[in-house]
Amino acid sequence: MDSLVRILDVGLPHYLVVAATLFALGLFCALSRRNAVAIMIGIELVLNAAGLNFVAFSRYGGGHDGQLFTVFIIVLAAAEAVVGLALVLAIHRRLRTIDVDRVNELKG
Amino acid sequence: MNVDLADIVFFIVAALTVGCALYAASAPNIVRAVFSLLGTFFGVAGLYAMLAADFLAVIQVMVYVGGILVLMLFAVMLTSQIEAAGESAKSGSSTSVGVAAAVAAGVLAFFGTLAVHAPWHEAEPGAFEPITGSVGEALLGPALLPFEALSVVLLGVVIGAIVVARRRGPRSEVSLRASEPSGDDDREVS
Repeated sequence: MDSLVRILDVGLPHYLVVAATLFALGLFCALSRRNAVAIMIGIELVLNAAGLNFVAFSRYGGGHDGQLFTVFIIVLAAAEAVVGLALVLAIHRRLRTIDVDRVNELKG
Repeated sequence: MNVDLADIVFFIVAALTVGCALYAASAPNIVRAVFSLLGTFFGVAGLYAMLAADFLAVIQVMVYVGGILVLMLFAVMLTSQIEAAGESAKSGSSTSVGVAAAVAAGVLAFFGTLAVHAPWHEAEPGAFEPITGSVGEALLGPALLPFEALSVVLLGVVIGAIVVARRRGPRSEVSLRASEPSGDDDREVS
């Protein structure tokens, strides 16, 4: 009963556990997929987890610096997505595939 | 035992976030995986809102849902054949999936244990109040230099993405057309 109350009383660890789960899922996605776009989905999940952690620590640690960090994380995630998807399009145009197992030659 | 409404909302939003992320990470259909990210992004925005980060919640919806998700859908639609969409995000060999699952499970176990058992310095959270003003003042005050550097980064990203993704010049395009007369299936790119 006591542990149940501890689980239901939402605090910092709850957000950290959610962020850790997101991070692990993103890692799994990025490691196991062969489709380049699916790998980028995994990277987005990892970045979201990082942002969530920053905001959670900012909320329970005082100050707003964590939120500032998350602003930068979101902007850089957008930049990464733009460049990554441009690369995916370029690879697809040249090689007719975005299967990362088959994109294995340099200077192709 | 006092469970208030905010705690219940937290568990619902967290379940939405993690469930959609699970589907996005494992669905064999890439289109469904991308659409499932919608739930994850909205869920994270909801968690931001519950953490008194209203500005970030709005930014999350605008940038991720309005920008990155649409960009990913464009990439999916431009790069995968429709008839192959059912297995378009097939995973690698079962060995690589197993290794990836083991690594992810190990990371989850480590960070989960750390999150639950570490003695966090946990201050009492303040009241919910609008955060946009202080974020803006910080961006134009102490964080001005990284903020300006970010604008240079964004300019570089815009130029770099155009350079990488555009077609080659008209001459090489003509030679490409001549060399493969029937393989012109990326007409819709332009």
